[in-house]
Amino acid sequence: MEFKKKSKAECGIPTASMPDIVFMLLIFFMVSTVFKEFRGIPIRLPSAQKIEKLPGKRNVAYIWADDRDRVSIDDNFVEIREISRIMYDKSVDELSPLRVVSMKIDERAKMGLITQIHEELREAGGAALNVNYSTKTASK
Amino acid sequence: MLVDKKKKKRSAEIPTSSLADMAFLLLVFFLVTTTIDVDKGIGLVLPQKGETIEVRTKNICNLLVNAEGKVMIDDQVIEPVMIKSIIQRKLIENDKLIVSVKTDAATKYRYYIQVLDQLKQAWGNKKTRISIAEPER
Repeated sequence: MEFKKKSKAECGIPTASMPDIVFMLLIFFMVSTVFKEFRGIPIRLPSAQKIEKLPGKRNVAYIWADDRDRVSIDDNFVEIREISRIMYDKSVDELSPLRVVSMKIDERAKMGLITQIHEELREAGGAALNVNYSTKTASK
Repeated sequence: MLVDKKKKKRSAEIPTSSLADMAFLLLVFFLVTTTIDVDKGIGLVLPQKGETIEVRTKNICNLLVNAEGKVMIDDQVIEPVMIKSIIQRKLIENDKLIVSVKTDAATKYRYYIQVLDQLKQAWGNKKTRISIAEPER
């Protein structure tokens, strides 16, 4: 006796709604991603050629300083003598320990101010000693 | 004779199977073209507080920057763009060279960065030996 083949069953995943799902996922991640960013104060960065990239934005502390001797950390104006305490606190933070201090300083700022900041960072010690002077890329 | 006979219904559907591919293409396109700006700059490691190292005077090269951005290396006024070649020449003679950068308190940060940039270029990919002195008041 011959077995008759049963009629072929339709087996296919409907793909029409796939883009919707992809977009939904995309939008979900776009909405739920938060970039922690501080705006700082308006400055004009100097430019340099021999520059290196910072290792990501995590564990980086930013110090803004402008030509009017105003210093800002995490969007708060701070006194210069407070920097060492703030930086020390950041370097002993267990959740995200500090690795690099990025200095965003106006090109017109005076070296007197920068030396004071250096002294404060040396006071804080540890990871606060790793300094990166933020610059623009100069065209050769 | 019936004139307005309805024509046979045609199926009018847009094929949706390639929509996913298009969405992915768009996604990949934006992923590739988006540049998240990375912070970049000149790196430096400051010395610990109270850390002093004794250095032989013959290994020290004094580099002074005044308030106007004029640069002087070992009592000779030079153009800032010349620093790289001068230091490179000095490094060939003495690879233990330490450049001591001293600025005026009123020197603009721009000139300091310019000098640091030149020094970094002079050392290339080797570890730089720069000392930053207290500025003159």
